[in-house]
Amino acid sequence: MSKYIFKRLLLSIITIWAVITITFVLMNTVPGNPFANENRRIPENIYENLIRKYGLDKPKSEQYITYLKNIARFDFGESMRSDAETVNEMINRGFPVSAALGFEALLISLIFGPILGTIAALYQNKTPDYISMIISIIGVSVPGFLMGTFLIQFIATKFDWVPIGGWGEFRHTILPSITLAMMPLAQISRLMRSGMLEILNQDYLKTAGSKGLTKSVIIMKHAVRNAILPIISILGTTISNLLAGSFVVEKIFGIPGIGMFFVNSVFNRDYTLIMGVTVFYAIVLITMMFLVDIAYTLIDPRIRLIKGGH
Amino acid sequence: MKKKLVSFVVVLLALVMIVTGCSSPADKTGGKNTESPKKKILRANNGSEPGSLDPALAQGTHESWILENIFEGLMTFNENGELVEGMAENYKISEDEITYTFTLRDGITWTNGDPVTAEDFEYSWKRVLAPETASGYASILYCIKGAEAYNTGKGSVDDVSVTALDEKTLEITLEIPTAYFLELTAFYTYFPINKNVVEENPDWAKDPATHVSNGPFKLVEWKHNNKIVLEKNEHYYNKKKIKLDGIDLDILEDQNTAWQKYRGEEYDLLIDVPASVVDQLKQTGSPELEIGLQVGTYYYNINPDVRPFNNAKVRKGLSMAIDREMIVEQVTQGGQIPAVGVVPPGMEDENGNDFRKSTGDLIEYNTEEAKKLFDEGLTEEGMAIEKFNNSNFVILYNTAESQRKIAEAIQEMWREVLGIKIGLENVDFQTKLKREQSGDYQVSRSGWMGDFMDPITFLGLWWSECAFNDVKYNNPEYDALIKEAKSTNDQNVRMAAMKKAEAILMKDMPVIPIYFYTQPFTVKSNVSGVFKVPVRYPTITYADIIE
Repeated sequence: MSKYIFKRLLLSIITIWAVITITFVLMNTVPGNPFANENRRIPENIYENLIRKYGLDKPKSEQYITYLKNIARFDFGESMRSDAETVNEMINRGFPVSAALGFEALLISLIFGPILGTIAALYQNKTPDYISMIISIIGVSVPGFLMGTFLIQFIATKFDWVPIGGWGEFRHTILPSITLAMMPLAQISRLMRSGMLEILNQDYLKTAGSKGLTKSVIIMKHAVRNAILPIISILGTTISNLLAGSFVVEKIFGIPGIGMFFVNSVFNRDYTLIMGVTVFYAIVLITMMFLVDIAYTLIDPRIRLIKGGH
Repeated sequence: MKKKLVSFVVVLLALVMIVTGCSSPADKTGGKNTESPKKKILRANNGSEPGSLDPALAQGTHESWILENIFEGLMTFNENGELVEGMAENYKISEDEITYTFTLRDGITWTNGDPVTAEDFEYSWKRVLAPETASGYASILYCIKGAEAYNTGKGSVDDVSVTALDEKTLEITLEIPTAYFLELTAFYTYFPINKNVVEENPDWAKDPATHVSNGPFKLVEWKHNNKIVLEKNEHYYNKKKIKLDGIDLDILEDQNTAWQKYRGEEYDLLIDVPASVVDQLKQTGSPELEIGLQVGTYYYNINPDVRPFNNAKVRKGLSMAIDREMIVEQVTQGGQIPAVGVVPPGMEDENGNDFRKSTGDLIEYNTEEAKKLFDEGLTEEGMAIEKFNNSNFVILYNTAESQRKIAEAIQEMWREVLGIKIGLENVDFQTKLKREQSGDYQVSRSGWMGDFMDPITFLGLWWSECAFNDVKYNNPEYDALIKEAKSTNDQNVRMAAMKKAEAILMKDMPVIPIYFYTQPFTVKSNVSGVFKVPVRYPTITYADIIE
C-alpha cells in the first residue's frame, strides 16, 4: 500500500508539472495582456511600467522558472488585476465558499440521486420511473444559468426567506446548491437505476429471497450496496467539480467563490491567477481521484490497487 | 440501518450549516440597520470587484464610483453637478495660463484626524507618476510639467512641477495651457492620499481598518466579491450637505440578478440595468428610469490600408447606409443615442451650449446617396462589386451577444442598401485589440470612453501622433486644428478649431460612429438628489432617502 501511495504521489507531481507547463505555454501564446481593458487602453510607456512591475519584461524561460520555484513554495504571486489581494488570498477566501456550497450540492445529489434511482428501478416502466426520468433529463439538459434564473424568478422573488442572491447566511445557499446539485443528481440517479436493474435480476438476489429475507433487507443490504459502486467511480470528478465552484452559478447568485476566477482570469489574462487556480484545481482533482481509488478498495475488496497484492 | 442513515444525514446537514455559517459570519450590519430604522443607508450594486481602492492604482468605473465617495480632490462636483472647489478654498491661474496656485481650505482632515496638507497632494501626485508605482492611469497627469518624462523614466522626480509652497499652498506648472485642468483635479487619479499613512504602511489600501481617505464617506467594510460598506465621514468639512448615513454596495456581477434585487426592494438604486429591462421601462414610461449621458462613442474602425476602404467615398457610403435610429431603437434598446458625429452630447462649448448641438449633425442616413457614393468609390478603386463580395471581408467584433446583434444589423443594412456581402467574425476582446493594432482587419468594432468633459478627449484620438489612432488617420489640416485647440485656454479659439476639426473628420470618415453611449439607471421614488455628470457614474454622494 505505501509503495502504491508513493508511486501515486510521484505521478501526481509529474502531472502537476505538466499542467503548469502546458498552462504556461498556452497562456503565453494567446494574444493580449493583463492590462488591456475593454473601456480603456493603456499607452505604451505605462504598459512598460506595468510589465516591469510584474516581471513580465523578463525572458519567458526566466518567467517559467520563477513560476515553478514560487509554486513549489505554494506562492502563486500577485494578481495582475487586483492590488487588494494576492492569488493565495483569493484562493484562500474563495475556496471555502465554493467548497461549502459544493458540499451541500454533493449531499443533495448523494441523498436524492440514489433514492430516485432506486425507486425508478423498483418501479421500472411505471409512473415513478417516468417521473425520475423527467427529473434526470431536466438535470442533465437544463443549463445552470437557466435553472438559476428560473429559481430566482419563481422562488426567490416569491418567498421572502429565500434571498435572490448574495452570500452570508445558510438561506443564501439554498437555491445555488440546488442548481449545482441538479446535474450530478441526475447522473447518479441514472447510474443507480441501471445498476439496480442489472442486480435485481441476478441469481443471488433470488437466492436471498428464497432464504426468506424481506424485500427491504434484500434491497438495502444486497442490491443497493452493489449498485452504488459505479457511482463511487464518478465521485472523484463530481466532487472536485463541485468543490471548485461554478462560474455560472456563482455569477448568477453573486457568490464570492473560486468558480468565477477560472473564467475571469482567462478573460482578463491575469496570468498569475490563471496559473494559481489551474494548479489548485489540478491538486484538488488529483487528490480526489486518489481518495476515490482508495475508497473503492475499501468498499469492494475484489479490486486490488497493486497487481498480485493480497 | 434506516435509523443509522437518518442520523447520518442529520449530522451531515448540521455540519453543512456549521461550515457555511462559519465561512462567513452572519450579516451583522444588516441586523444593525433594522434595529435603528432612522439610519439612512443607500443600498445599491457595484457591478464588479474593485481591483484597488488606492486612487493611484484604480483604473475603472467600478473603482471610481467608490473612490468618488470616499475621497475628494482639489475640485469636486457639488450637489448640482457643477465643478466647484473641493479641498481647495480657491485657486489662481497665472496670465500665461500654465501656473495654478491652489490654497487649501481650513479644517480639512483625513478620516484618521490628520490635517490634509498641500504636501499630501504633492506626495500623492508624484507617487502616481513614479514608474515603480506603475499606475495605469498616470498619463492623465501628463499635462503637468515634467510628469511624462518622470513617468517614462526619462526625467527626475525633482523636475515634476508640483510644489507644496507651504502647508496650505500648492503650486502646479503645466506643460502647455490645458483648459480642462481644473476638471482633471476632480478625477480620481488626482485624489490625495495621506503621506504619513502610506509611507508607514504600503498595504494601507487593502484593509478597511487601515484605509484612510478624505471624502464625504469612509470605507468601513470590504468583503471581496461580496460587499462594500461606506459610512458617513464625520470629519468631512462639508458634512451638512451629506444626508446619507451610509452606503451599502453589493458586488454582484450578474445584471439580471441585480435587477431582481432592485425590484425586490433590496436596492434603492441600480446602475447597470439590463438592456431588455431598459426597453421595457421606457415602453411603460416608468418614472424610476433615468437615461444618463455618458462621455462615450461606439464606432466602427475602417482599415484604410485595405482596398477599397482607403477610399473616402466608400467609407461615407458605408456610413450613410446605416440606419442608426433603427439600431438604437430595435437592436441595442438600452437608451443609446444615434451618433451624429464623434463627440457625444454633454460637453459645453465656449458659450455654455452643448458642443454637439452647436456643431450640428455631421452624419446622415440616406440610402440613395449611400449607394451612389459607394459605387463611385468602388469604380475609382477599379473594383467591381463582385470582386468586393468575393474578397471575404468581415466585420470584426469582440464576442458578446450585444456586439453580434449590432454587427448583424449593419451587415444586413449594407447588403440591402449597397448590395454588398460582408461576413462576421468574433474573437475575444484582447485578440481583437491585437489585430487592430497590427492592421489585421477590414472593419472592426471599437469605442471610446472619455475621461473628462472636453471634446478634445475624442477629437485628440485621430491626431496622427495619438497612440490609439488605430486607423492611422493622418490629415495635416486636422492635426493643425487639434494642435491649436491644445495650445490655449481661450475657449473661443479652441471650440472653433474643434468644430472645424470634427467636420473634417466626418468628411473623411476614417471611423464610422454608430451611437453615443448612455447610462440608464433606476432610482426608487423615495430617493432624491441622485444625478449624473456625463463623465462619472451617477452621483449618490448627495442622495437622500425620504421615509
